[in-house]
Amino acid sequence: MPEKNTIGAAGIAGIVILAALLIAAPHVVSFSQQELLVLLTINVLVVASYRLQTLTGEWSLAHVVMMGSGAYASALFAKSFGFPVPLAMIAGAIVAGLVAALMSFPLFRMKGFYFLIGSFAAGEILRLIWKRFTNPFGGPKGIQRIPGFPEIDLGFIHIDFYDPANYYYLVLAVVLVSLWVLYRIEKSRIGLTFHAIHWQDKLSESVGVDAFRYRMLAFVVAAFFAGLAGALYAHYLSTVNPNQFDVNTMVYVLIWTIVGGTTRWYGPILGVVTLTIIDEVILRGIGADQVRPLLYGGILILAILFLPNGLESLVMRASDALRRNRGQATSGAMVRE
Amino acid sequence: MPDFLLQTVFNASYAASYMALVAVGLVLIFGVMGVINFAHGELYMAGAYAIVFFYAWLGLPFVVAVGLGLCFAGCLGVLMELALFRPLRTNPLGGLIASIGFLLILQTLAVLGFGLRNQTVPPVSQGRLTIGGAILTYERLYVIIATVVLLAVLWLFLRRSKFGWALRACAQDREAAALQGISINQTARYAMFIGAALAGVAGAMTAPLVAPSPFMGHGIIVTAFIIIIVGGIGSLEGAVLAAVLYAFVHTFVTTFFDGVIANIVGLLLMLAVLVVKPQGLFGVRERA
Repeated sequence: MPEKNTIGAAGIAGIVILAALLIAAPHVVSFSQQELLVLLTINVLVVASYRLQTLTGEWSLAHVVMMGSGAYASALFAKSFGFPVPLAMIAGAIVAGLVAALMSFPLFRMKGFYFLIGSFAAGEILRLIWKRFTNPFGGPKGIQRIPGFPEIDLGFIHIDFYDPANYYYLVLAVVLVSLWVLYRIEKSRIGLTFHAIHWQDKLSESVGVDAFRYRMLAFVVAAFFAGLAGALYAHYLSTVNPNQFDVNTMVYVLIWTIVGGTTRWYGPILGVVTLTIIDEVILRGIGADQVRPLLYGGILILAILFLPNGLESLVMRASDALRRNRGQATSGAMVRE
Repeated sequence: MPDFLLQTVFNASYAASYMALVAVGLVLIFGVMGVINFAHGELYMAGAYAIVFFYAWLGLPFVVAVGLGLCFAGCLGVLMELALFRPLRTNPLGGLIASIGFLLILQTLAVLGFGLRNQTVPPVSQGRLTIGGAILTYERLYVIIATVVLLAVLWLFLRRSKFGWALRACAQDREAAALQGISINQTARYAMFIGAALAGVAGAMTAPLVAPSPFMGHGIIVTAFIIIIVGGIGSLEGAVLAAVLYAFVHTFVTTFFDGVIANIVGLLLMLAVLVVKPQGLFGVRERA
């Protein structure tokens, strides 16, 4: 089913409003919310890359550890080898991709639930190695005083990335470019092959698709972008430790993705943005910090029970309703779908 | 040195006991419901907190408190079946996520009711068995004995009773079982009760030895996953044998190296089994 490439006036208006919101965002929120905005933007990249990995039908539980690989590698490149930070970030993402490539040899011998658990084991081994070996990973305390993104000073313009608002724009730019790349991959022939492997792996193999290679490709590309997200995260917080990438964090990525929905590319993004806003703004607003996990759990259960296809199904329903109304308004001349 | 070895064997047998109870419960739930219960570690935690409440606070006899803990965890399991797994029967990934939501709720309730700090439970018995230089406290011995008894009863129940047949039929093929007149809902309810109660009883009996905390479920669920993979996901016997194997490897590596290395070795063991024999040591190959 080819997607329509024509964007209506409403679509253009939507994009303009979204762009204005994204640019204005750091200026309408408090300082602590600015910090949150940076982390949220990084998390958008984490879930979007996770979705690419799930396109082939396998759900990895190692994705957050891939993010950690990027974070650790980038931190070590910058701190121990003196790489410039932007270069260290890219190197970190590449390392995450390489780690994924290595892991895919044992992991893609498995499928479904076995893959789920196998990927968890592989990731947890890596995480425990960071925890166990103080040299070079810093042990349980991790790596501290990671150099930040260098400031830009052109004389007339001076940008200091220790300011969360500035770092937010940097992250936003990196994330938007990454999302565009992920989107192009999904819509390309490669993306279609991922879908084919998901729904009919035997059939696609019979017509000459090397399922292992494509699964590996999805895993590696997803890990690359997760690693990039990890690097952005490490140089922002200036510290990484093994607990940041444990199964709890992975569970949140899984929750955001599933509550958002996984049939459309924007589903997981919708999930992470909505749940973060609910969690940080509304639940924190209530004030009872101790009760938050309970309410979060309740929301999660309700979402799964009553919105099995995720938040994206709401968007689809809304756009269908809109389309139908418009169809009636123009005397039913337009027949859609 | 032989005393030291014997001591490690005692420690490993104790660890194998409670791990087996938790893992068998998880396997039973997975077999009948087809869903991974991520909140299984929190059912174990619920059993331990039942001891804190009934035994340490109210002063009921330990055995009574363990029985109440068993019932409490079992009822939580039935509640999960009714509220979560039944509506999500066609959506296993949804069931998994819902159980994560339930886990968050149980953890928060434990924090609200008992606070964040670890609880202490007064010892049940000061008695100990001394063989050579190795010591086996009665508290640990009780766990080992209770496990053997409970698993034997479960085994008989599954092999000999009508419900046992129904349960195993559902685990093999849910639709075929339904066609034979087996009530899927009822069977699922029983399976959830038994599976959850096994986790609860493990938590209850080990509570005096571990200082219960609201987040104690986390470690045990990882262990249980490793065990059910090594044993084969659908196999109860496999879970028991894998629990023994894992507990021995883990305890020995912990004794000679340290806990983190033991965890790494445990995970490598599981990964190796998955790579060489993805269906586990005793599992049946999943039909494609």
